[in-house]
Amino acid sequence: MSRIGARFDTLKAAGRTALIPFVTAGDPKPAVTVPLMHAMVAAGADLIELGVPFSDPMADGPAIQLADERALAHGVTLHQVLDMVRQFREQDDATPVVLMGYLNPIEVMGYAAFTDAAAAAGVDGVITVDLPPEEAGEILPLFREAAIDPVFLLAPTSSRQRIETVCASAGGFVYYVSIKGVTGTRRPDSTEVQQRLAQIRAVTDLPVGVGFGIRDAESAARFAEFADAVIVGSALVNRIAEFADRPDEIPQSVAALLREMRQAMDGDR
Amino acid sequence: MTDINYADFPDAGGHFGPYGGRFIAETLMGPVDELRQAYERYGQDPDFVAEFDRDLRQYVGRPSPLYHAERWSRELGGAQIYLKREDLNHTGAHKVNNTIGQALLAKRMGKRRVIAETGAGQHGVATATVAARFGLECVIYMGEEDIRRQAINVYRMRLLGAEVVPVTSGSRTLKDAMNEAMRDWVTTVDDTFYIIGTVAGPHPYPAMVRDFQAIIGREAREQCLQQTGRLPDALVACVGGGSNAIGLFHPFLEDEGVAMYGVEAAGEGLESGCHAAPLCAGRPGVLHGNRTYLMEDNDGQIIETHSISAGLDYPGVGPEHAWLKDIGRVQYTAITDDQALAAFHTLTRVEGIMPALESSHALAWAATLAPTMESDAILVVNLSGRGDKDIHTVAALEGIEV
Repeated sequence: MSRIGARFDTLKAAGRTALIPFVTAGDPKPAVTVPLMHAMVAAGADLIELGVPFSDPMADGPAIQLADERALAHGVTLHQVLDMVRQFREQDDATPVVLMGYLNPIEVMGYAAFTDAAAAAGVDGVITVDLPPEEAGEILPLFREAAIDPVFLLAPTSSRQRIETVCASAGGFVYYVSIKGVTGTRRPDSTEVQQRLAQIRAVTDLPVGVGFGIRDAESAARFAEFADAVIVGSALVNRIAEFADRPDEIPQSVAALLREMRQAMDGDR
Repeated sequence: MTDINYADFPDAGGHFGPYGGRFIAETLMGPVDELRQAYERYGQDPDFVAEFDRDLRQYVGRPSPLYHAERWSRELGGAQIYLKREDLNHTGAHKVNNTIGQALLAKRMGKRRVIAETGAGQHGVATATVAARFGLECVIYMGEEDIRRQAINVYRMRLLGAEVVPVTSGSRTLKDAMNEAMRDWVTTVDDTFYIIGTVAGPHPYPAMVRDFQAIIGREAREQCLQQTGRLPDALVACVGGGSNAIGLFHPFLEDEGVAMYGVEAAGEGLESGCHAAPLCAGRPGVLHGNRTYLMEDNDGQIIETHSISAGLDYPGVGPEHAWLKDIGRVQYTAITDDQALAAFHTLTRVEGIMPALESSHALAWAATLAPTMESDAILVVNLSGRGDKDIHTVAALEGIEV
């Protein structure tokens, strides 16, 4: 079983919801990322979503756009992001790492070369925002063979038929985008999200995570009541931006924010 | 080449060979599919077609003439050059053919708000124009850098009642405006129609915009037969995203004797790296919802483009062009800023027609091609827009303040 599946099984047995932080690799500079990943695990992160910076992040709001720009200013490449995962794995062989980004860097590297390099680095799953299952016919068999989980998004606009199509191709977990909008811009309605999760669970046994609008301990705790995972990105990325000129303090400061969320999530149980 | 049935492309998923498709976030998959269904339904609907045709005649002023540029042809000493006068359309370019089609579709789909991206401002003006006419709320995304370069078109859009939103992310040009329009659309899909200005984006946009622009080629084909008794030997059009070029080319694709040339912006020269010529000097990748040729670095990041003409300053190109290049049906070439500028002056002085800088790229290639052809050969050039909008750019290059 993949690290992702094993991790969700463990959490389920313990009755806990996964906390998944998202940070952009190389933001605000490459040396911060690996220590930050370890600090997040220490603060209670169950999986890590590592953003691969892209010049044209169409599904992202201002916070993550700027994070990508900061990383790209240091020339961070997909190869370097994979190397960060490899370094992280030297000390942590248990925490699943999921890459999240856009298709073009993978296209340019080549599907087979990327799959091999990602598996060798210790990547467990890949979210490619602009690659729906309809266009993923070529890459999915490669991922399957390399035991990389293809994590797909579902959205408020996904019809029942699309939920079935997407879940049929998905692996690891399903990522429910809780708002109509880009990352970090709106507050989701938890009643509506809860109803959508029920629809998704009727179709798949995969764990379902909720993200795109979770910004603090209170909302993390609220969504933890019914989601299998709570994904938090822009709130952490904003914290990184605040400390961009004091990068040494970033791991500690982001960890503090995560710890609040972790405590709020666990306290409500 | 003979065994290709062009009507079979794109396939049901929007693919032209390996290009095109729907490379978009899940949130947009539903809305894009809804658009595809609406277009399939109304695109063939007699009422829709009749209303579109009537608007093209009475509002846009079609058919646009096919004008024999006799003096210029004589000076070049080769083929007879005919100009397809899209510059005479209402709003001064071919863009309005498409915005009318999409606005009619928006109305039928019950959308009350339209959004668009614009580079030079021509598509923004064409969108704001139809929004005014149909009473739709209109928001135009435009790179901060382009807003500075195209102040008159910005004012024009505001006069028409559109809100022009400056885009400050990335390189602050057309590609970033498109990113921002997509972000708006993700947020407002229920009541908003995204009017894409070129033959790019997720399926059905490349096919739909092509179909709306194909009026250019259908007219040109008929006019050429009527005026000269035969089909042209070659077609020339500039290619940014490529909507005016596809519009001219598409109705001629089955005519094997008709050669076609798509002209990209070579900027300061292809070897300088400062250009906007993905077909001539880029490679395939995925951006803005489709797979196509792109200007990108070795890590798949989109790189900044350069052209004297804001309308060609885009790092991608419509997926059908990518495919037509690969199968060899259309030849793609590139013209520098200086060559385009020279053609701008030539046509203005020799024919009394001031072309847009975008169209001047096509004219410059025609000036290279015509002398290599027989004097009874026929060369049709798409004069996709008028040059009034570029007067400030041209004057500034000559050190003149207008």
